[in-house]
Amino acid sequence: MTIGHLVTLAGILFTIGMLGVLSRRNILIVLLSIELMLNAAALAFVAFAVRHGNLEGQVMVFFAITVAAAEVAVGLAIVIALFRLRVTVDTDKVNLLKQ
Amino acid sequence: MITGAGLLAITRRSGVAAALWAAVAFVGIAGLFVLLQAYFLAVVEVLVYAGAIMVLFLFVIMLLNLREEDLRVVSGARLHAVGALLAAGFLGGLVWTCRRAGLFEEPIRIGEQAGETSNLAVPLFQHFLLPFEIASFLLLAAMVGAVLVTKRRLT
Repeated sequence: MTIGHLVTLAGILFTIGMLGVLSRRNILIVLLSIELMLNAAALAFVAFAVRHGNLEGQVMVFFAITVAAAEVAVGLAIVIALFRLRVTVDTDKVNLLKQ
Repeated sequence: MITGAGLLAITRRSGVAAALWAAVAFVGIAGLFVLLQAYFLAVVEVLVYAGAIMVLFLFVIMLLNLREEDLRVVSGARLHAVGALLAAGFLGGLVWTCRRAGLFEEPIRIGEQAGETSNLAVPLFQHFLLPFEIASFLLLAAMVGAVLVTKRRLT
């Protein structure tokens, strides 16, 4: 296993997340895909931290996880508020700002 | 294994199944962190992602109590094709860059600085003290914001 393999795996995970964001219309799955992308970035951070032999990359991942937790809390709160307003989780039906 | 779980996570129709497969992917990533000797991050990954975030997701999915027809939404084939094309291009570019940088020939050297909690705490509380405090305020703000957004009506 080399750094390249780890980065490739992170890239594959990020791509899966990107595909999820682009192709799914369930807003919950979209949020989940964003989490996958954040995880892929974290994996790349740790891989390069190991490569360069310092721990600052891992500190950065720690902050990223903190931000991800906050983001999920706010995101799901918005989903609940949205569902209360429109009774849908379909991203294509949420076009209030367009009208 | 992580890739398979991640793929399953975005293709499942049911939200609960998707969230559980994503949890499998997160646990797999935590295992990789252990292999890279990032022990503290592995624990945090399991606690925060596989624990807290997944519970939050499952809670919301069950709270919304979606009808069957809500789950059947799929995008058009055109969007899928564009997405696949973008993904292939992105991945190809990444692998090409890694190959050019010689990352595939470079074995992982572990051991000089393991990511144990005590080792990680030194840079965290010396160089990154201010970001650490800002992160705590961010969490507080997110908590207050989440409660405020989900409140039924503001008085």
